[in-house]
Amino acid sequence: MAEEELRMLYTEQIIDRYKNPRNFGELKGANAEAEDMNPICGDRIKMQLKIEEGRVFDVKYSGEGCSISQASADLLADFIKGKTIEELKTLQKDDVLKILGIEVTAVRLKCALLSLKAFKLATLNLYR
Amino acid sequence: MSVKFESLREDFPILKRKMHGKNLIFLDSTSTSQKPMQVIQAIEEYYRSTNSNVQRAIYDLSVEATEMHEEARSKVAKFINAKHTEEIIFTRNTTEAINLVMHAYAMNKLGKNREIITTIMEHHSNILPWQFWERNAGGKLNFIDIKDDGTLKMEQYDKLVNERTGLITVLHQSNVVGTINDVENIAKIAHENNSLFLVDAAQSIPHIPVNVQKINCDFLAFSGHKMLAPMGIGCLYVKKEVQEMLEPFMYGGEMNKQVSMHEAKWNEAPWKWEAGTPDVASAVGLGAAIDYLNKIGMENVQKHEKELTKYALDEMENVKRIKIFGPHDLEIRGGVISFVFDGVHPHDVADILNREGIAVRSGRMCAEPLLKRLGVSDVTRASFYIYNTKEEIDAFVNGLKKVAEVFRLG
Repeated sequence: MAEEELRMLYTEQIIDRYKNPRNFGELKGANAEAEDMNPICGDRIKMQLKIEEGRVFDVKYSGEGCSISQASADLLADFIKGKTIEELKTLQKDDVLKILGIEVTAVRLKCALLSLKAFKLATLNLYR
Repeated sequence: MSVKFESLREDFPILKRKMHGKNLIFLDSTSTSQKPMQVIQAIEEYYRSTNSNVQRAIYDLSVEATEMHEEARSKVAKFINAKHTEEIIFTRNTTEAINLVMHAYAMNKLGKNREIITTIMEHHSNILPWQFWERNAGGKLNFIDIKDDGTLKMEQYDKLVNERTGLITVLHQSNVVGTINDVENIAKIAHENNSLFLVDAAQSIPHIPVNVQKINCDFLAFSGHKMLAPMGIGCLYVKKEVQEMLEPFMYGGEMNKQVSMHEAKWNEAPWKWEAGTPDVASAVGLGAAIDYLNKIGMENVQKHEKELTKYALDEMENVKRIKIFGPHDLEIRGGVISFVFDGVHPHDVADILNREGIAVRSGRMCAEPLLKRLGVSDVTRASFYIYNTKEEIDAFVNGLKKVAEVFRLG
């Protein structure tokens, strides 16, 4: 039972993205960015976006934290790359969990959603 | 006397809980300890049959409550070998006790050009009050560094102590690296230089014998909740000779003798520093916790934890890519083991252990300057107390091996 629970959270994909992130680093020429942290566990994510003509042209994230927070940022970056800001306007919790492909407990939900929060903060003023 | 530690577990009802279908293995007593029935019952009994306010009323119930409150104080005094019972001031916890020293002593007696020495090993509660003092009194806060093995660079005291030093403070046992500091020696250094000396004993009082006269400290702060007592009760020992230097900390009921519209006269020690209605039930619970520990004997407590710590350190050697902080000499190390895995974040370690029913702490341990000095941003920490067993450590080490497996550590 516990073994199964473990495999359902720490999937191949999560571990792979945590150990070998594709979108980690500083983005040169970013025109929207935001950083947020989870004060209880210290997870920290900065999302940097390069937006051209309403479309996310490039994304990078940086920061530190557990496998769930870091892998979720990496996967989210893949997901939003190439999409329009309009399309991403309604992006929410369930979408991110679907992208992650895992079921998280309440205590880890904050880790999983930190990158979404940073993304929302970065794009907030674009909708005004 | 030999103590059957295994049978003490029967006194702790929480240890019967199941977590994720497994027995709870509580390895976070550094954060807070579990409570035996004897303590829980003492609190309940107080509320059932004695509850009333203290130091106020003429009726019997109030007299009884006052006696119980003062009896708890006298138990604390004996437990740490204080010369006088009135040297014990009840607070909420260690943090409040240290803040009391800051407000009542440092803010009043140490102004511009004065200096306080703490260490980089401290919990935030023995750093932030002194930062407040530094900002508001205009003094200077200095830090003693550590060596790579997690022990203090004692030779730095020679360089930092001078005629401006008004207070030297240090923790007795580290909540991160487990180091037991040579507080008797630091007390000597302080007093040779006309400085007062404060010990943060939050992590030592529950685990090793503490004797304030032997240490010769001026202040000693600790919490009840880490030593089997309830949350909400802590103590500050203040040596009688230095009490007259201290102003009140908080103002209100119980701390005064006479009040007119624009001035008041202060009560005597220790009530001068105990404004407002105290947490009597928790003080009674602390008294019961002290009775419980005395029955085991603090030397036996220390011996038991030393055995567990040695066993855990030896077993953890077999786990791949793990780094353990702190000294390996068990004479100067308590039952606290902080570690990191190369390639696994501490929260993931704690999460995987949690699924095995094992409670360990992960994060910054309220000691960010120390973690930075150790070169890490977070650690996982396991800590032991009287109710822990070698079998639990086996389960913990197996859990660590599972972490290495889940994260495919080669």
